[in-house]
Amino acid sequence: METMDWIAIGGGLLTIAWINWWFLLARRPTIRAAARGGVQEVAIVVAGGYDPADIRVRAGLPVRLVFDRRETSPCSEEVVLPDFGIERFLPAHRTTTVDFVPEHPGTFEFTCGMRMLRGRLTVEASEGGR
Amino acid sequence: MITSSEIPLTLPVSGMTCASCAAHVRRALEETPGVSEAAVNLLLGSVAVTYDAARVAPEQLADAIRSVGYGTELPPADGADTAEVDALAAQEEAQGAEERSLARKALASLVAAAAAMVVSMPLMRASAGSHHGAAADPLLRWTHAVLDPWLAARMPWLYAIEAAWLQGALLLLTAGTLAWPGRQFYLRAWSSFRHHAADMNTLVAVGTGAAFLYSLAATFAPGWFLAHGMTPDVYYEAVVFIVALILLGNLFEARAKRRASSALRALAHLQPSRARVVRDGGELEVPIADIVLSDVVIVRPGERLPVDGEVVSGASAVDESMITGESRPVEKGPGDSVIGGTVNRTGAFRYRAQRLGADGALARIIALMRDAQASRAPVQRLADQFSGVFVPVVLSIAVATFVTWLVAAGDGSLVPAIAAAVAVLIIACPCAMGLAVPTAVMVATGRAARSGLLIKGGEPLQRAGSVTAVVLDKTGTVTEGRPSVTEVAVHAGAWSRGELLELVASVESESEHPLADAVLRTADEQGVDRLPVDGFASHTGRGVSGVVAGRAVLVGNAALLASEGVDVSPLQARADAWARDGQTPVYVAVDRVLAGVLAIADSIKPTSRAAIARLHALGLEVVMLTGDNRATADAVARLAGVDHVVAEVLPEGKVDEVRRLQADGHVVAMVGDGINDGPAIAQADVGLAIGTGTDVAIEASDVTLIGADLSGVATAIALSRRTMRTMKQNLFWAFAYNVVGIPVAAGVLYPTFGLLLSPILASAAMAVSSVSVVANSLRLRAARV
Repeated sequence: METMDWIAIGGGLLTIAWINWWFLLARRPTIRAAARGGVQEVAIVVAGGYDPADIRVRAGLPVRLVFDRRETSPCSEEVVLPDFGIERFLPAHRTTTVDFVPEHPGTFEFTCGMRMLRGRLTVEASEGGR
Repeated sequence: MITSSEIPLTLPVSGMTCASCAAHVRRALEETPGVSEAAVNLLLGSVAVTYDAARVAPEQLADAIRSVGYGTELPPADGADTAEVDALAAQEEAQGAEERSLARKALASLVAAAAAMVVSMPLMRASAGSHHGAAADPLLRWTHAVLDPWLAARMPWLYAIEAAWLQGALLLLTAGTLAWPGRQFYLRAWSSFRHHAADMNTLVAVGTGAAFLYSLAATFAPGWFLAHGMTPDVYYEAVVFIVALILLGNLFEARAKRRASSALRALAHLQPSRARVVRDGGELEVPIADIVLSDVVIVRPGERLPVDGEVVSGASAVDESMITGESRPVEKGPGDSVIGGTVNRTGAFRYRAQRLGADGALARIIALMRDAQASRAPVQRLADQFSGVFVPVVLSIAVATFVTWLVAAGDGSLVPAIAAAVAVLIIACPCAMGLAVPTAVMVATGRAARSGLLIKGGEPLQRAGSVTAVVLDKTGTVTEGRPSVTEVAVHAGAWSRGELLELVASVESESEHPLADAVLRTADEQGVDRLPVDGFASHTGRGVSGVVAGRAVLVGNAALLASEGVDVSPLQARADAWARDGQTPVYVAVDRVLAGVLAIADSIKPTSRAAIARLHALGLEVVMLTGDNRATADAVARLAGVDHVVAEVLPEGKVDEVRRLQADGHVVAMVGDGINDGPAIAQADVGLAIGTGTDVAIEASDVTLIGADLSGVATAIALSRRTMRTMKQNLFWAFAYNVVGIPVAAGVLYPTFGLLLSPILASAAMAVSSVSVVANSLRLRAARV
């Protein structure tokens, strides 16, 4: 094989590695939910993904995620929180509120109907070890 | 107990942060006179109050909440907040606009694609033979063999134009297509990319983008390609075709999805926009949003009822088929409850509005169906596992395909390498996988609603499809749940049937025994009067006695009459025969002489026997549970065609029976009216509540039969089985399509069979795959179950 071939193979492998890193492994900025009247509320913009996509909340307190879907692409028309048994249709150009109480600390996913768009919900133990 | 003037109301409460806040609110409400119950939901920030409208006004309830320091708002005075219906209308409008825009884009890009095809023909002829794999692609073979000579014969002038001009025209056409109809793919792909996400748009954008950039290079730097021993062919027409076909596929998909959710919209359209109510003594037409609790609504023949309520005057037959699936109109008179959205047929009547807006049966059914239709079936988890990594994996395969072609095919292989990589990106169709299960759930729940069945979502639907045993509660499920007098036999002609019933009804009117209810109901139905009773006495467990019109009347079982010295033997054979048929005989003696005997029974619903036969035809084991004695239970089972009956079970025992069947390996469906079989319904794998169009049982069960007809059970199970089959077919095709399509597009068949797919064919296949999955789901709409 010629040098060019080796360059092509090397370049291809690097590209594949980068694709998988970018879409599956790269970390995103984290947002902590603001507590308001005892409810931890986060507004999430839905447009080709979730913004913010990494959310921190405390266990044991109600969480309210307000999804603001600003597109008509069918890819994002549904949001799923499998660990909390929540599936919700998000009408385009409207906000949809999802309420639940995370009882236990841990890291959970929220995704679109096909798990292509992803967000992460990190539930931290409440102060005082309750 | 909820009496007729008691009304449920849900109020939002703000400021509650903990359990003690909830307790404050509850106590404040329960201490308000007229409130019988207040249930606080801390999570939703709301309280459900049941109150007596005659004693307390909603505003006082709100004041009670505010007095302990929490905020609340009464449902907008315009009461009927039709939010559920409005949201659907808005969604429908948005979907319509999206579809029209898609249709315009698809049409424009198809015209552009046809033009690009024509313009590119002379270019292809010029470079014929230099296309690697050109003869390998079925579409290219066809264009060379058929389209090219046909065009050359009709448009010779086209072939006379210089290649550079043709390329320029193609470039403009393509750039225009990408800038308008195709723009959405690039915007969405970029938006996803920034979020580290990848979807169908990513594949289309990268695929067409790569083909376009390569073509640009070939247009503007042909020298470089020639220097490296390659023909600088352009791929513009492929880019335009891909955009056109995928838009067309999206359009069909959007249309099909809209049809899949049509059942829900049909329900939303049931609610009329205006209603006539009594205000200040006169009739006034108001928007339904202005109806308030306790308004009296006037309905004329042929009109749709605006809200739920209770008839105050007049009588009519109401067509409730849109809600319950029951095709015969239902007679309504004072005291009967009516449902908003149903159609008044024959007479005029007035009714008091009782549940408005989101509390109404129709709004609740719509909300429930909307959630059900958006829900997922467990069978989809496999597809979900896959689709989460699908796009990055396909991108990786495309890169590998490109490199493999480049390296393996040697010099000048850049063009086929790009073509194969683009074909891989374009043929990969995550949409089919994503649509396989949800569209089936959507169509099936809509189809079920047409038959008066509310299936709570994908999971119950899937479980109902695997049910092997059905447990039926007897009272209210197999039978009417309302005992009545079914037979009257008089002794030796001393009394007429009417006279006998009159005497018995008079005495029983003082009694509170369930059998007395049956006698009184029958007497009412037959218009039998009641006479004054003196010296009434109840003989616990045996019967009653009293003096009517100067005659001593004794009503009860054989033992009671025997103890009073009455000989029952002349009618004993008849009574025993009734008992064997599951009817309860009640003897009557007048002045210590046997006068007759009545049979009282909870009659089997006319539809039950056929419904149970259908369950058997589905290969299900059918078990009936009842608290009745063995003889009655056996008789009902025989008449209804049930093969296995468990008698004399207490309400708790019903749960044990469900557990026993489950321990035997059965997947159990429990059918009941939710009155004393709630725990058994919850224990069963699938709980079905029957005949409860508006009650809490809707919330507790997996499947609600809004009508009282037991045949809905068989329909639900048969439909679920059909739906499971559809889901599996869809998933199989979606997987098979990608598993076969991607390698073929990459060129695995090329070395052996010389077969390659052009990106254009790949895009057609992609469009067909998602449309075919939705079309398969739509077949469920017409399912005969």
